[in-house]
Amino acid sequence: MSARNRELLALVPATLLITAGFAAVFVQERELVADASLTYGAIFLGLCLAAHLVIRWRLPDADPYLFPLVAVLASVGLVMIYRLDDTLAREQAQWFVIGLLLFVATLVVLRDYRVLERYRYLIAAGSLLLLLLPRVPGIGAQVNGAYLGVEVGPVAFQPAEFAKIGIIIFLASYLRDTRSLLVSRKIAGITVPRLKHLGPLLVVWGLAMVMLVFIRDLGSSLMFFGGFLAMLYVATDRLVFPLAGLTLFAAGAWFFASTVGHVQDRIQAWQTPFDPDLYDRIGGSYQLAQSLFAQADGGLWGQGFGQALVRLGDTPFLPAAQTDLIYAVIVNELGLIGACAVLLVYVLVVERGFRIAVLARDSFSKLLATGLTTVVALQVFVIVGGVTKVIPLTGVTLPFVSYGGSSIVANFVIVALLLLISDRARREARA
Amino acid sequence: MNGPIVRVFGVVLVLFSLLVVFTTRWTVLERDELQDNPQNKRALIAQQKIDRGAISAADGTTLARSVRRSDGTYTRRYPQQGLFAHAVGYSYLNPGTAGLERFYNGPLTGRGEGLRQTLRRLQGERPQGDDLRTALDPAAQQVALDGLAGRTGAVAALDPRTGRIKVMASVPGYDPNVLRSASATARLNTAPGSPLFNRTTQAGYPPGSTFKVVTAIAAIDSGTFEPGSTVDGSNGAEISGVPLNNVGNVDYGPVDLTFALTKSVNTAWARVGEEVGAPTMQRYMDRLGFNRPVQVDLPESERRPSGSFCKGRFVRATNPCVDVGRMAIGQDKLQVTPLQMAMVASAVANRGRLMRPYLATRAIDPDGRVTVDNQPSEFSEVMSASSARKVTEMMTRVVGEGTGTAAALQGIEVAGKSGTAERDVQANITQPWFIAFAPASSPRVAVAVTIERTVGGFGGTDAAPIAAAVMESLLR
Repeated sequence: MSARNRELLALVPATLLITAGFAAVFVQERELVADASLTYGAIFLGLCLAAHLVIRWRLPDADPYLFPLVAVLASVGLVMIYRLDDTLAREQAQWFVIGLLLFVATLVVLRDYRVLERYRYLIAAGSLLLLLLPRVPGIGAQVNGAYLGVEVGPVAFQPAEFAKIGIIIFLASYLRDTRSLLVSRKIAGITVPRLKHLGPLLVVWGLAMVMLVFIRDLGSSLMFFGGFLAMLYVATDRLVFPLAGLTLFAAGAWFFASTVGHVQDRIQAWQTPFDPDLYDRIGGSYQLAQSLFAQADGGLWGQGFGQALVRLGDTPFLPAAQTDLIYAVIVNELGLIGACAVLLVYVLVVERGFRIAVLARDSFSKLLATGLTTVVALQVFVIVGGVTKVIPLTGVTLPFVSYGGSSIVANFVIVALLLLISDRARREARA
Repeated sequence: MNGPIVRVFGVVLVLFSLLVVFTTRWTVLERDELQDNPQNKRALIAQQKIDRGAISAADGTTLARSVRRSDGTYTRRYPQQGLFAHAVGYSYLNPGTAGLERFYNGPLTGRGEGLRQTLRRLQGERPQGDDLRTALDPAAQQVALDGLAGRTGAVAALDPRTGRIKVMASVPGYDPNVLRSASATARLNTAPGSPLFNRTTQAGYPPGSTFKVVTAIAAIDSGTFEPGSTVDGSNGAEISGVPLNNVGNVDYGPVDLTFALTKSVNTAWARVGEEVGAPTMQRYMDRLGFNRPVQVDLPESERRPSGSFCKGRFVRATNPCVDVGRMAIGQDKLQVTPLQMAMVASAVANRGRLMRPYLATRAIDPDGRVTVDNQPSEFSEVMSASSARKVTEMMTRVVGEGTGTAAALQGIEVAGKSGTAERDVQANITQPWFIAFAPASSPRVAVAVTIERTVGGFGGTDAAPIAAAVMESLLR
């Protein structure tokens, strides 16, 4: 069976999932089996089929599983958000459509994605600008102590979601050029690059630290820096680089954790979420504690679709349930089993991503695929880890599942880029 | 470059397994701790979303029901206000639950384990609790409260044939509806007379002479005495080395057991108790339910044992600190609950077979299926039917010609026993008691009445009329 036919077939489970999910929520909320769930399922299938046809037309050799896996995640997200708030779900569905449009546009416009290399400095500068946008007075918006949002008139978006793509494109291109230089000098058997080659890397580290302080978001900074270290390691094949990077990051994080109040609070709330003092404080540990309570409520099998306690009357019970805490809601309703299934889908997505990187023939493609995949994986780790108290909770979205237009659109662009790389790699391999 | 890519994937796998480990920790390993965390209000809040079942009296009067609030949650209303406050209890987010509301929280919230309940949830039906039916009798309860007339005390009445409790009155009472407000709850918690306290099952009172019925049961059923046996009723008899006096210092001389009960002769019964002995006394007390939390379908925390209370705990009659002679006449260290004394009357009434007392008869789910079915059950075989007949005969004399004539009913033979415990000899503060059952030939009701403090009151004059009125209400 051809790759595209496998993709087509794999879309069926995603469609069934969204149909069944909506049916379950309908039954729970309206006490009836509404045929609307079939309608929603059909619309979803139609949209995915349209995207599939574009892939079939533009990228006949691309990885067949990536898009269906992402469709599964998106359908889980839509159902969960619908279950929380149907207005938000309608918005999210619109964003899903816009995401697909941008996905298709990327496939059509960037057939040869390597042209991106030509504009790498422009892309880097643009990304940095985007990152700092939330601090610009008048349009920047602070949410939970972190500067992540931008509001221009009616349009609100999170520039970091787009900046991450730009920075990875830049790093992939930059590292492709300098990877041999970075490992050229050895002192006592250890690779020690010249300062002028190391410089840009220190700049990236500095950037991560600046993000920590200016944007005040540990999660994003961890994501960016982790992605960068993965690319650096793949580019040089020297463990010393990521180790040194991690040490630097840890030192920086420790320094800020002990000096910057916002970071300090987050870490305290993380360590002792049930401390009555922190629990009652605004921006304290209430959110994390509620997240853990919600998960305990879910248990092994969960309460079932639409059954979790998310609001009391009209008052929401879980803060930011549709964004930060969507994983807690998933655990609450689908239990450990359902949550593991969702995590498994992410693992499969990440596996496809790394497979694409392995199959890619040129360094830029390999680095780009590695970087994009790692950032998605780390984003999942940062938010799920935060919600489950592995690391301090910071507000990033769960890719394709959380409510948020910027997130879903940016992540669809990432998938488009991965499919572009995959198509080229497989075509070249066949030729 | 492929080697490092695979290794980066390995690191991602390690990170993701950390996520699985931590999710497992919260959902399975530390689930119970999280759910018991006092900051976790999920269970309580979830219950506010349940249409809790109604609680009704034997005649169908609604004692508790749920009303839907505008935000979709439910709250509790008690249409009879304070009438059955202590038996029914309350269920609110803030003070929590008590009484039947607490004991039957499972059925009332529809938390049945059955397949049907699960299916109903799968079909997405809103949780609806089961209705709870009780044997409580509102008219008789009102008679009991009217009889107490605001005086601190308690009345318990039940059907001796089944153990179904008809009356459970405790004064002072409260209106459970006010517990919706936190400040009213705090006020009630510290109010004088402890209105939240269920005196029928939680109070430990000296039983006075009503306990002589227990002694009579032990004396006759053990074969040590017959109703006609002669005992010394002289005043000032030495009991455990200390002289004991009869009420009014009357010197009765030799009397038979029936006379001794009819006139409530202390010295005679103290001797009987000593002769029967502590082990036998304790054996009958055990059969009657003493020395363990009183038998009723109320939460553990609302039930108290009856027995000799010595050095901060309940001890058995054989304990050296118990003066069995004085215990036999209801003095010494005895502390009893009014419901326990109603059980004593009930055991005699039901031909020696003590039925386990209970409030709720059954729970019925919204589809009409019975989910809880409380059938009458025997608590113990206290005495033989012939012993019970003899004790009944003696108790009938008490009401016919003795200290309990005020409990007599027109056309119905009543068996009873008065009691007057001394609370404060100097100030002449007494605690009147009366236990009774009727009709003596085929009893349908057993009752215990007590008033905590009266100035110079007697069981036969202050408590007996209340017992009579309650029995009359339940028999007609």
